[in-house]
Amino acid sequence: MNSKSPNLVGLARKVAMTVNGAERGGDVEPRVLLVDFLRTNLRETGTHVGCDTTSCGACTVLLDGEPVKSCTLLAVQVNGRSITTVEGLAQGGTLSPIQAGFHEEHGLQCGFCTPGMMLVGTALLKRNPHPTEDDIRWAISGNICRCTGYMNIVKSIQYAAKATAEAAAKPPVGVGAAAGGE
Amino acid sequence: MATETHHIHGRIGQSIKRIEDARFLRGKGNYLDDFVLPGMLHMAILRSPHAHARIKSIDATAASAMPGVIAVVTGDLMAQHKLAWMPTMSGDTQAVLATDKVRFQGQEVAAVIAESKYLAEDARDAILVDYDVLPAVISPEGAKAAGAPVIRDDKEGQKDNHIYRWEAGNQATTQAAFAAAHKVVRLHSFYPRCHPAPLETCGCIADVNPATGKATIYMTSQAPHAIRTVFALVTGLPEQQIRVISPDIGGGFGNKVPVYPGYVVATAASLLIGRPVKWVEDRNENLISTGFARDYYMTGDLAVDKNGKMLALRVHLDSDNGAFFSDAQPSKFKAGLFHIVTGSYDIPTAHVTADGYYTNKAPGGVAFRCSFRVTEASYLIERLVTNAALELGIDQAEFRMRNFIKPEQFPYTSATGWVYDSGDYPRAMKVALDKLGYDDLRKDVEARRKKGEVTGIGIASFTEVVGAGHGAEFDILGLRMFDSAELRVHPTGKAMLRMGVKSQGQGHETTFAQIVTEELGIPATDIAVEEGDTDTAPYGLGTYASRSTPVAGAATAMVSRKIRDKARKIASHLLEAAEEDLEWEVGKFYVKGSPDRAKTIQEIAFAAYTNLPEGMEAGLEGVHYYDPPNMTYPFGTYAVVVDIDKGTGQVKVRRMVAVDDCGVRINPMIVEGQIHGGLTEGFGIAFMELITFDSEGNCIGSNFMDYLLPTAWETPRFELGETTTPSPHHPLGAKGVGESATVGSPAAYVNAVIDALSPYGITNIDMPVGPDKVWAALRSKGVTE
Amino acid sequence: MFPAAFDYESPASLEEALGLLAKHGDAAKVMAGGQSLIPLLKLRFAQPSLLVDIGRLKGLSGVARHNGSLKIGALTRHVDIERSKDLGGAWAIFPEAAHWISDPLVRNQGTIGGSVCHADPSGDWGSIMLALDAELVVRSTKGERVIPAANFFQGPFTTALRPDEILTEIRIASSSKHAAGAYNKLERRVGDFATVAVCVQVELDGGGKVSKAGIGLTSVGPTNLKATAAEKALVGREPTDAVIAEVAKLAAAAAEPKDDVRGSAEFKKDVVRVFVQRGLKTAVARAKEVR
Repeated sequence: MNSKSPNLVGLARKVAMTVNGAERGGDVEPRVLLVDFLRTNLRETGTHVGCDTTSCGACTVLLDGEPVKSCTLLAVQVNGRSITTVEGLAQGGTLSPIQAGFHEEHGLQCGFCTPGMMLVGTALLKRNPHPTEDDIRWAISGNICRCTGYMNIVKSIQYAAKATAEAAAKPPVGVGAAAGGE
Repeated sequence: MATETHHIHGRIGQSIKRIEDARFLRGKGNYLDDFVLPGMLHMAILRSPHAHARIKSIDATAASAMPGVIAVVTGDLMAQHKLAWMPTMSGDTQAVLATDKVRFQGQEVAAVIAESKYLAEDARDAILVDYDVLPAVISPEGAKAAGAPVIRDDKEGQKDNHIYRWEAGNQATTQAAFAAAHKVVRLHSFYPRCHPAPLETCGCIADVNPATGKATIYMTSQAPHAIRTVFALVTGLPEQQIRVISPDIGGGFGNKVPVYPGYVVATAASLLIGRPVKWVEDRNENLISTGFARDYYMTGDLAVDKNGKMLALRVHLDSDNGAFFSDAQPSKFKAGLFHIVTGSYDIPTAHVTADGYYTNKAPGGVAFRCSFRVTEASYLIERLVTNAALELGIDQAEFRMRNFIKPEQFPYTSATGWVYDSGDYPRAMKVALDKLGYDDLRKDVEARRKKGEVTGIGIASFTEVVGAGHGAEFDILGLRMFDSAELRVHPTGKAMLRMGVKSQGQGHETTFAQIVTEELGIPATDIAVEEGDTDTAPYGLGTYASRSTPVAGAATAMVSRKIRDKARKIASHLLEAAEEDLEWEVGKFYVKGSPDRAKTIQEIAFAAYTNLPEGMEAGLEGVHYYDPPNMTYPFGTYAVVVDIDKGTGQVKVRRMVAVDDCGVRINPMIVEGQIHGGLTEGFGIAFMELITFDSEGNCIGSNFMDYLLPTAWETPRFELGETTTPSPHHPLGAKGVGESATVGSPAAYVNAVIDALSPYGITNIDMPVGPDKVWAALRSKGVTE
Repeated sequence: MFPAAFDYESPASLEEALGLLAKHGDAAKVMAGGQSLIPLLKLRFAQPSLLVDIGRLKGLSGVARHNGSLKIGALTRHVDIERSKDLGGAWAIFPEAAHWISDPLVRNQGTIGGSVCHADPSGDWGSIMLALDAELVVRSTKGERVIPAANFFQGPFTTALRPDEILTEIRIASSSKHAAGAYNKLERRVGDFATVAVCVQVELDGGGKVSKAGIGLTSVGPTNLKATAAEKALVGREPTDAVIAEVAKLAAAAAEPKDDVRGSAEFKKDVVRVFVQRGLKTAVARAKEVR
């Protein structure tokens, strides 16, 4: 039996953070895990729970751009910081290069690990736009997949790297035309 | 002659991108835990810390008084409603909540229903249970021992821990063959307990509506209809008042087939409280209490003649089934389809005996992509065959080639009564060896060994048996293992396909649409595939044992053909031509000799609601329940190259070549994905996955720190090949494939290690082959860095 | 799998944090990145009544080199050590070891200070601290003191840190030019704790003899272990294969592993020997390469 006195229960705190570019917040007990805050309080259920020992990465989110395990963070710990979840990957209705890559290369089967994989892939390509296969496998080594055997996840991230590089290499459309615009 | 064929998106053989991806890519999948119902409560289960103990008392007073707690449910309360015990899918009984004794560590003892899952767990910790600990039985050997405690003293007439004796083949002819053999090779092989461990754990939301009495149960279930029927029989709720909804499932692999006590308790709680009750297990619960896999102690003997030809196979196995015999497997087979164990080889006679035992461990055994124990059988025969080759001094590949069932022998009746539908084992072997560069690689292995390196090549040539199955032989709790497809074509030519199976990631929304595309010419993206809601889907036995394509896929083809038959009649009416004067080209009927006089399936669909021949019923739909005439037999050859670090015992897979034959491939991309996944599970099983127990029955391997799943870093980079030998009896020539790689690969990995260690006289290491075991084997022969 | 309830403070300064510890003693638990503590909270193995979150404190992270010595702020994340451009040459052992800690996600959040104070005998940093004779700078409301690594690790998850103290900085004394290390880790898969891991660090004198040697062992004792006898046997000698083999045997003898699911004690001791042997050969070669 734990030694907690009943008056600690419900000791809610106000938290406020940026989630996918929007200011979100709520009242939470300090013990509430970030993943539960996202899923239960904010009703963003794209971040998943797969284990109880910080071992699987299904709960991966980006914290100020770096992939972390949201099951091993308290909501209060990220007060004032910026979170990106899978729901924030698409811009408007358009899938990000990573999301397009996972679709084109069959990088998902049941989809449960996929949000985490895509977020790690996104962060990797920001830091290393031309990763080797080893770089990719190492980057996702904290994310377990039980369905795909990782082969197509690697290809999906490689697809996104190529697509991003090609988009960056293209000259901007109408260059010079809008130079004087607002 | 046909008009120019225009491309129709999604015909069989096209690797079209998956139709279901969109929601998953956006984080909008609908998994069980994503659902929130108004008024929903949360359940936490209290589990036994002991493997075997009498319950003296349960005190829930403090727990019941804690914040947010609505109820505490114990075995006594369930017993009052005759729900403390439930039938299992193997004809045994299983405790829902323990009343007299606990029989495995992790067994369900009580449940807290509270306003939030955090509060439910707080209160769960406050329940006080007084136990009298009893000695634990942790293996079949312990179960058999004189003086062993009787675990199932709840069963009348149960005097020991023996569950069943099962036999296949012919003892007399096998014995005679052994007596006359030139050589007998024996292998003791333990296939350890492992776990499917899908990334999403099991759970349910039980919502018994107090006003209508209707029970809607959201459930992570691979077989929702069977669950509905079982629930009706167990709870007494009328079956039309039960709706099971399997939403998106985050991986199944057989873990989500059984009825778990949590489902029953949540349903009872919802009934008693009048609010929805959600139960989602955590990973510890999943690993310690839900359907594990394997735990088979096998002894195989292979008799060969002086030319290296196999004469006979004899196998005995002891099965550790845990505290309750709860496997979901065809009722006539106590050891599943294990007697496929003669595998790919033309062995004239065989005899298999199996004994099942109760132990103080979680119940189960049939799971984890096993095709009903084919994983165990395939592992044994492929290890035995490699060991025999090594002992006889014959190359592993050559020895297999010499003994393969030949292509001209199909359909082939095995010594244990299986009728293999089709196969070409030598061809798959050749493709694998060519891809590997086997001959050069063998020379390279010899050269490296001379330099003191420890390296080897392992081969496994498996034959699977999947597609359960023909109703007369295959049933679960009496429910025959047909499956179903219901197809409805709308006026605008789009379609909806509903099936009795349930994807957990296998891509059914794409693959089965593609079957309709092939049969009717409706583009796959115009077809919505629905599964999992028992109120709307036709009855089926679900997805496991690689049965969906063989059975429900066949049903889909058949119902599409029924619809095509009606479409022909409508086309005849529209074109004012006799039916026999019409030709079908995928997507349209046209008049023989006048190809411009045609009607597309879309035009025909519209006509089915607007312009019908006199007397014809409107609509364009049908349902087909398919009873497969036989199983299908996918097969393949896998080859693995390993290098072993002498200093640490670490094994590195240098190459892994996998050649699979699953008949016609509907969507090759999806098939390859299934194979990648299975090869990785096989890798995990071979090298790191293990659930084990200490002498007191404490479970080691009940969390992901101890139960190790391979990451992208360790997992090998697979090289796939294929051959295609269609199934002669399947409407599309397709066989199942979902489990082939998990079935066939563990032996390939381990054979490579044994091949590498064979120069030192080592003949076996049981899985998981960790560096410590390899180190110990090498050290025992004086090999060190 | 959810923590029991606790109170929570996020102090704005180190002084405020120390004040909280002085007031609450061992009813409070300090949290840096939380990657060791939160798993314990979730399993309810730890149930503090107050969590003091120092993860936001400024001025306690970063790598600095001062006259050849090294200072690492306690709140420096593993990933920042892994990526640091200031940790080459003699200090390359730091990014090398950091690379193998847990998995990439945990490295993005966990800190070297948190890991060292958690003192899991299977933790990697402890062995680096011991091999490099690190000094651990701790503060309380009463002031500052410096604890040598050899005195810091006292038992499994037990350190010399008092309940009112916070580790602020790790200091490594300056090293001679020809110095290098190597970290070898046997793990069953990425993210698993080490079955066995070995940190070696050597300094060579002008004549190619070993002037200083550090050997730290992971997962083979009630704490990370310093193989002192083996270190002493190496100092002053030329690191030939034969000498290295002898030193490796001594290090293996100093290990105190247990039989468990990862392997027998005998197996682990032999891996210590193999890793010390390999590590020393690598470290010596690297040290010789330094221009």
